[in-house]
Amino acid sequence: MNPFTYERASDAPAAIGLAKGSAAARYLGGGTNLVDLMRETVERPEMLVDVTGLPGGIEPRADGGLRIGAAATNTALAADAHVRTHYPLLARAILAGASAQIRNMATVGGNILQRTRCRYFYDTAAACNKRQPGAGCDARDGFNRYHAILGASPACVATHPSDMCVALAALDATVHLDGPAGPRSIALADLHRLPGDRPDVETELKPGELITAVELPPLSFARRSTYRKVRDRASYAFALVSVAAALDLADDGTVREVRLALGGVAHKPWRASAAEAALKGRPASPESFRAAAEAELAAATGLRDNAFKIELAKRTIVAVLSDLTGDDA
Amino acid sequence: MSAQSDAAASRPGRWQPAVTQDPMLRKHGAQGHGALGQPVSRIDGPLKVQGKARFAAEFPYEGLCYAALAFSTIARGRITALDTTAAEAAPGVVLVMTHRNAPRMKAPSLMMSSPTAAGASDLPVMQNDEIHWNGQPIAVVLAETQEQADHAASLVTADYAVLPATTSFEEAKKTPRQLDNILGQPPVVEIGDAEAALKGAAVQVDQIYRTPRHNHNAIELHAATVAWTGDELRVHDASQLLDLTAGQLADIFGLEADKVRVSSPYVGGGFGGKCLWDHQILACAAARLAGRPVRIMLSREGVFRIVGGRTLTEQRVALGANAEGRLDALIHTGIVAMTTHNSCPEQFTFPARHLYAARTIRLAQEVADMDMLANTFMRAPGESVGTFALECAIDELAEKLGLDPIELRRRIEPDKDPTSGKPFSARHLIDAYDKGAERFGWNRRSATPRRRRDGEWLIGMGCATATYPYHRFPGGAARIRLKADGRVTVSTAVHDMGMGTATAQAQHIAARLGVPLDHVTFEYGDTTLPRGVIAGGSTQTASIGGAVIAATETFVEELLKLAGNDSPLAGLSLAEVETRDGGIGHRDDAARFESYESILRRSGRGELVCEAEAPPPAEMEAFSMHSYGAQFCEVRVSEITGEVRVSRFFGSFDAGRILNAKTATSQFKGGIIMGIGLALTEETNFDPRSGRIVNASLAEYHVPVQMDVPAIEILYTDIPDPQAPMGARGIGEIGITGVGAAVANAVYNATGKRIRDLPITLDKLM
Ligand SMILES: Cc1cc2nc3c(=O)[nH]c(=O)nc-3n(C[C@H](O)[C@H](O)[C@H](O)COP(=O)(O)OP(=O)(O)OC[C@H]3O[C@@H](n4cnc5c(N)ncnc54)[C@H](O)[C@@H]3O)c2cc1C
Ligand code: SF4
Repeated sequence: MNPFTYERASDAPAAIGLAKGSAAARYLGGGTNLVDLMRETVERPEMLVDVTGLPGGIEPRADGGLRIGAAATNTALAADAHVRTHYPLLARAILAGASAQIRNMATVGGNILQRTRCRYFYDTAAACNKRQPGAGCDARDGFNRYHAILGASPACVATHPSDMCVALAALDATVHLDGPAGPRSIALADLHRLPGDRPDVETELKPGELITAVELPPLSFARRSTYRKVRDRASYAFALVSVAAALDLADDGTVREVRLALGGVAHKPWRASAAEAALKGRPASPESFRAAAEAELAAATGLRDNAFKIELAKRTIVAVLSDLTGDDA
Repeated sequence: MSAQSDAAASRPGRWQPAVTQDPMLRKHGAQGHGALGQPVSRIDGPLKVQGKARFAAEFPYEGLCYAALAFSTIARGRITALDTTAAEAAPGVVLVMTHRNAPRMKAPSLMMSSPTAAGASDLPVMQNDEIHWNGQPIAVVLAETQEQADHAASLVTADYAVLPATTSFEEAKKTPRQLDNILGQPPVVEIGDAEAALKGAAVQVDQIYRTPRHNHNAIELHAATVAWTGDELRVHDASQLLDLTAGQLADIFGLEADKVRVSSPYVGGGFGGKCLWDHQILACAAARLAGRPVRIMLSREGVFRIVGGRTLTEQRVALGANAEGRLDALIHTGIVAMTTHNSCPEQFTFPARHLYAARTIRLAQEVADMDMLANTFMRAPGESVGTFALECAIDELAEKLGLDPIELRRRIEPDKDPTSGKPFSARHLIDAYDKGAERFGWNRRSATPRRRRDGEWLIGMGCATATYPYHRFPGGAARIRLKADGRVTVSTAVHDMGMGTATAQAQHIAARLGVPLDHVTFEYGDTTLPRGVIAGGSTQTASIGGAVIAATETFVEELLKLAGNDSPLAGLSLAEVETRDGGIGHRDDAARFESYESILRRSGRGELVCEAEAPPPAEMEAFSMHSYGAQFCEVRVSEITGEVRVSRFFGSFDAGRILNAKTATSQFKGGIIMGIGLALTEETNFDPRSGRIVNASLAEYHVPVQMDVPAIEILYTDIPDPQAPMGARGIGEIGITGVGAAVANAVYNATGKRIRDLPITLDKLM
């Protein structure tokens, strides 16, 4: 780990002001990802601005939506009564991630901006375009079981590892930012970028920008919503494929509205818009679910180790949607 | 037996391995054995939960500095430039050691090549510019704090002249190498013409099975604290081979053997990994260079880079049977990856040498040399992965024969060792199967796959044989010290890596000497004690037993001498007495007895000290000695995702007498849990392009976590082995054997899919 200075910010302007002073400053949430990467010398900040003292409240809005301070811990968010009742898929997604100890430390802001788990990214002895633009990508022809099947590029096939973000993408979350040029908002679905030829630029955040809060619109059909994560052991492993879904059924059994997002498949939490479009107005049947899954994954491509994820994603989508149509859903 | 009377007559009353039995086996029941077998909690438990048990990286020293390693990033070649200037200039750095300034040291010798050899490889350690594996240490940084050392180590840069390296197993296996022996056993065993018999057999199975590389991930990271005083070297190690480590370090540094003291009272898991690797040698060398004590604790990545693991195997098992299910042919052959600088061929053909009766047998294994870190022993090396292949094949054969797999094993149960022809000392495998099957509910298994389900989850059951050899290492000694108050201390330089050695041995000693458990102190973990044996190959309990038997005999003889003519014991010899009730008594005359305290008091002695060495392990020559078990597993497999969950596990073992019900059960369970990892999740990703381990982290190297482990039930026969000290064979490794196959067979029963390639990840079942 390289030497760095540490500052603790009391509010957003203070944090932004501190970070502005140093080109190599980073905001520090729980540190569960950033500090690991610093230990591996992948991240070499000169200054850490601790933002865990910034607002972390979880506050219901008048319209039934929710505003979540960026410093809220993953544990607090998953345990929140409002979240459990009105956004059960979000609580489930968070609890499917990491371990209790890590979730106790991890913040909402940090979870959104956590970096890929591609091992070649972590190992400074390997070639990685994300770590060192132009160096090459050892994952393309190497161990790439956890890598992308959608939206990847020749330069990078990494995935975004967050579970929470998959639920946020399905929930149409808005991310509030503040920065040297003032506050602004962006849809979570637009925050992360596909790798293209610049895998080192992972989000639309501008230098020095801070996540201050995440906002969720109300979800009237929360009762039929869930999160399912498929992984290599029963707990404490990143998703091979995960599915966040919410389903609104009309009285005639057709799909009135549907939210579907996938994890473990792309460089960003993957909102499955093609599948959603294919489902609307269709009967809520295994056949329509399969057709929608096929539509979403039509463009998917597999690598040496991960081609199975294409079929796995389809099956998991069908299974999750089928579960949500049941009477006990 | 006439040999018995001859030999016994020459040393009356002494244990003669293979000829007489441990006299303790004469005493039966609770009365005779006191605490033996009882579920006594670990003696070191309170210390550990209070944080008072000091581990290797926790010994304070005045002037201590901290070490960190820099690792090579190529698999083979030469270092052409090594820049340490930035590291040397970094805050807190004491020195940077490389091959340029490291003290000259002899290379280690390969373990088992001599009585003091402990080398995992025989490569010289940081003595030249050669690189032999990706991850080899190229520099040691010493600094005032661990963080400073870690930071400075990251500043070391190297340039290499890269040489062609063999880092692909597929390539390496094209030029296999024959070994002249496998751990002293012949690499090829042939009885009859097995290939011909296979061709002619009514029913055949002929398959290839593959197991991947595994890495050691004990919870305690490898560590050592070392200090020189002049030419004396003190090493606090995390070790399962103390005396060998001391001897090897003395040899490497050119010291008299008694100048090196190694101790290791507590070890946070060994499993074959806590032996002598480069880090202890480098720490000693750097400490000498700096003139200061050094602590080294590997990072988790460091453990992957410089501590070897289990190598990969590719095995063929071919079985030919007649319609009744007798084996005409048993073939088990294959190849493992190894290096030219170590000797650890993962003896996967060993189970087939002893398990089943067959008319013809062919067993052969060879190695594929690769440029990689020396592979090493890892819990049941050979047997763990060998039983995967063999026991899956047996299951496949049973299905083809239309027989229940337990019934098939009943039909091929041998009456003597199938390859050596020796009698079994004790073998109750079928007993273990029958009892286990009943308790597990094996009769609820459908012989046809895919018959049970719960929603999307297919449910299946499988079983497999567990087996592990009995070994007793020669050369161990024990000392008994009796104090005037009747308390005894027994000392020997052995190890407790968490398995409960100290507790079980205290129970054993209490039973053997006939004293209460709280009168016994068991001293271990330090090379200043009488020479001990290694803790490996499930041999330690029996080996300590042999030494304690010998020491007890000397002890009793000494006490009889001291008792003299004024004792009720007057005129009695070793052969006529036994230890009981805190003293010595006539075997058949309850009235003739004198307590230890009384003998000492009358003889005016404050204490009595006796030491003796175990008799050579002749029982291993005369008998085929093995532990056995029947592993039963129930799995649930998602028909949608292919995810596998082990929902029940039952291990039924035949491992001789059990000395402590609690620690033994934990050993069996621990082995099974590790076996679940072997079956379902564990795999080292070794990149064939670079020879580098890619998933050198516990986040990506998947050991089973709590939710992967179901309730595990354990049963054991507890039938003493008449040839083993205490009647106890080892129990440390057998737990992992057979688990891979039991899981794979259960997966087949659930899904109808045979997975012959571990680990059984979900993509293989989709
Ligand atoms: C072993 C292990 C297993 C894991 N398994 C899972 C899993 O299964 N599923 C899963 O989803 N996650 C998993 N995680 C990842 C975990 O969820 C993340 O590490 C965590 O959410 C990051 O949050 P943090 O607050 O600790 O972020 P930090 O590590 O503090 O920061 C991460 C990044 O976010 C930036 N940042 C933090 N806060 C802000 C802010 N307010 N504004 C702008 N930038 C900010 C930091 O500068 C840094 O770049 C795992 C992690 C580990 C170590
Ligand atoms: S996939 Fe992306 S992160 Fe991984 S090595 Fe390639 S460029 Fe780097």
